[in-house]
Amino acid sequence: MPDAHRLTVNGRDHEVRCPDGTPLLWVLRDRLGLTGTRYGCGVGSCGACTVWVDGQPTHSCDTPIWSAAGKSVVTVEGLTEAGPHPVQRHLIDGQAGQCGYCLSGIVMRAAALVDQAHAEGRHVEGDEVRAALDGHLCRCGAHNRIVDAVVSAGGE
Amino acid sequence: MPSCPPGASDVPAKPGNPSLAAAPLIGDWLDFTHEGIVRARTGKSELGQGIATALVQIVADALAVDVDSVELAPPDTSGPDETFTAGSLSVQHSGGALHAASTQARQLFTDAARRRLGAEPSLAEGRFVVDDASVSYADLAAEVDLAVAIDPTIASYDPSGIVGADLPRLDLADKVLGRPRYVQDMRLPGMRFARMVRRPARGARLVDVDEESALGIAGVTDVVRDGDLLAVVAEDEIAARAGAEALRESAQWQVPDSSLSDGDMVEQLTTADTDDTALSDGPSIDAPTLAARYTRPFLAHASIGPACAVAVQEEGLLRIWSHTQGVHPLRRDIARALDRPVDRVQVTHVEGAGCYGHNPADDVAYDAALLAARLPGRPVQVTWTREDELGWSPFGPAMVVDLAAETNADGQVTAWSWDGFGNGHSSRPGTLPTPSLLAYEEQQDGTPIPPAGDPPQAAGAGTGRNAIPGYEVGSVRAVAHRALTMPIRSSAMRSLGAHLNVFAIESHLDDLARHHGIDPVEYRLRHLGDPRGRVVLERAAQESGWGSPLAEGHGRGIGYARYKGTGAWCAAVVEVEAVSSVRVVRAWLAADCGRIVNPDGAVNQLEGGAVQSLSWTLLERVRFAGGRVLSDTWEEYPILHFSEVPPVEVALVERPDEPWLGAGEASMGPTAAAVGNAVADALGVRVRDLPITAEAIVAAMDS
Ligand code: FES
Ligand code: FES
Repeated sequence: MPDAHRLTVNGRDHEVRCPDGTPLLWVLRDRLGLTGTRYGCGVGSCGACTVWVDGQPTHSCDTPIWSAAGKSVVTVEGLTEAGPHPVQRHLIDGQAGQCGYCLSGIVMRAAALVDQAHAEGRHVEGDEVRAALDGHLCRCGAHNRIVDAVVSAGGE
Repeated sequence: MPSCPPGASDVPAKPGNPSLAAAPLIGDWLDFTHEGIVRARTGKSELGQGIATALVQIVADALAVDVDSVELAPPDTSGPDETFTAGSLSVQHSGGALHAASTQARQLFTDAARRRLGAEPSLAEGRFVVDDASVSYADLAAEVDLAVAIDPTIASYDPSGIVGADLPRLDLADKVLGRPRYVQDMRLPGMRFARMVRRPARGARLVDVDEESALGIAGVTDVVRDGDLLAVVAEDEIAARAGAEALRESAQWQVPDSSLSDGDMVEQLTTADTDDTALSDGPSIDAPTLAARYTRPFLAHASIGPACAVAVQEEGLLRIWSHTQGVHPLRRDIARALDRPVDRVQVTHVEGAGCYGHNPADDVAYDAALLAARLPGRPVQVTWTREDELGWSPFGPAMVVDLAAETNADGQVTAWSWDGFGNGHSSRPGTLPTPSLLAYEEQQDGTPIPPAGDPPQAAGAGTGRNAIPGYEVGSVRAVAHRALTMPIRSSAMRSLGAHLNVFAIESHLDDLARHHGIDPVEYRLRHLGDPRGRVVLERAAQESGWGSPLAEGHGRGIGYARYKGTGAWCAAVVEVEAVSSVRVVRAWLAADCGRIVNPDGAVNQLEGGAVQSLSWTLLERVRFAGGRVLSDTWEEYPILHFSEVPPVEVALVERPDEPWLGAGEASMGPTAAAVGNAVADALGVRVRDLPITAEAIVAAMDS
């Protein structure tokens, strides 16, 4: 009998039954219907599956459900609930993407970066954004537009 | 033997617009019966390149209606058969057809409005107006017969200003906001989730497997075994993944010996039996001024989202949802593989991650189709793993190019010779004698996928794409040698042979320029008669500050080509810092894509192409041995990271009165060439074997 795991996702409490080692990614997509979090590699190499766990950008594909239990998870859907985050608005304004498959993971990483810089009373800079996004792969070559959009979101 | 099997082509080699030949009537493309909405159809897939938005702009502009009132249906096998979304031809073909259909429809509706309103109407916001009276397109739909042949030469109305504007992409906001949009996000009632357990190596035979090992897992509903094909079907991904793992552990395979590896590809390709096609029959050169060999390895499309498809066997109809580049050819190949009538199969396009050519999109569609056919009434979604995506996709073929050139005392090139060796560049569904779908070669009664063909020269060729220089170089000899044995499956990848051919031509020209002591830009201009090409070349040089001093250890290089000799003109300048390895500091592009539907979209495509080409040129190589692809993780197949991507500046040469030309593939070759030339400028070393890694530089220094 699979174990029951309790976690909070986008502010709502859930109990899911699945094997202990099940990656958070598949719990989100399969059990909670939150398909905005993408599967890209399953082993922490591409960033497509990034969500926040207790506020920290985290690869949901290599986060076993037991380690997310009792924690608060935010997905791209949750981030968007109260209206698009500035990072999302600037990505759209700057038409920063082509196929877009990499974007929800990038949004989660970049939004955390921008929010933290704001909390510290400063604006993010290009090199800092490139460094923060270095674990995120984009095959379409939208990198420069993405960096520019995040920097301008940070300037708000 | 023909240079390719019937139909093996990225685009059909018919005169005029092949899209109109396939769907000749206005009513094939447009429907006005809904108030306030124009329904338009296309056979070209949105792949992240923005084609859907561009087509909506074309229709809205020609009909003088608001873009919001144009609804473009996703490609479906009930709509126009435009074969593949490939070759940077979607705007030319689908856009050309929709433009002519819309223009002619507007004429017919204007006639009907004149009859209804009794005077010449004006057209504003989708309504025909005479004084206080007005009618809409929908009001007149019943009396306008659209079963009328489209006249592709019809004169355009004055543009409404929608074409040429930076309309934001219609699909992008959903993607940024994480809304369901991709085939991966489809959830049909009762849908099952399946995973394929692929062979450990090419040609491996499934000897035994413990099906119970998977069936005992909660949520696993079926195990499908058919010859060497093995799959697990489950209630959710979690169970499907566990089931696949169990099957993989218990399966016993017989793996054939294979000594082929990527290390001996040059030897393999230059000694294989080949099918030779002369693209230009000038004489061979006895005493060349410069002769050299250029190579590239197999390359992976390497989509960020592993392939996915959904299928369901309904009463008498197999429905498939796929991120394919061609719904019609895929439908025909699936019908052939499952041995059923074509009209019992329907394929609908749903967006996926970018594909950059023939990736496993079609293979996974067949996986889903064959599983769904065994589970009538049950929708089945199949998602590939990252390892299978990088390991079992068709790959952009490895190539070897031998170039020779002869120059006179002034440095002018007087004779040119090209020999291109490699596997074919197209094994797309429906283009080969037997089905070109991975699972078909695993199934009991299936057959191995035959070697890839090459598109005919009239469609831009494959190995020979951009083999003939766009310069005045005297006599030209060009012979393509397509290998008839295929170590790993090859097929179309963005720009086909143009990537290596442009790299080779432009490297060769740079060395000739240096040999004669002439500046590389000046040297090219001396050989370039094409006025639009000259403008593009000069523009790129000017934007980059060509000739200005560079920092220590830096180098600058240029590359130029007109894509396919018939498409967009593009020049690239790249500045590198090269010590032991290469870092691209900055890149500049100039391009002439004719009239531009969406300038921002064209810039995005050109820049994206340049960044992808930098990645291929600097880093990428598919490695394989013993019938197994070894580079099947992102660690083993690295692509360019955020910190490695240089700023890219794009200048568009405006040509509002010229026909529109696609932008998606034009920058691949010139960018690769510019990198090679910049490295040579910085280090004085010519690297001719891609990718230009630190090792390749050392090897070039040693030779
Ligand atoms: S899917 Fe998680 S990092 Fe790639
Ligand atoms: S936009 Fe396609 S992978 Fe980034």
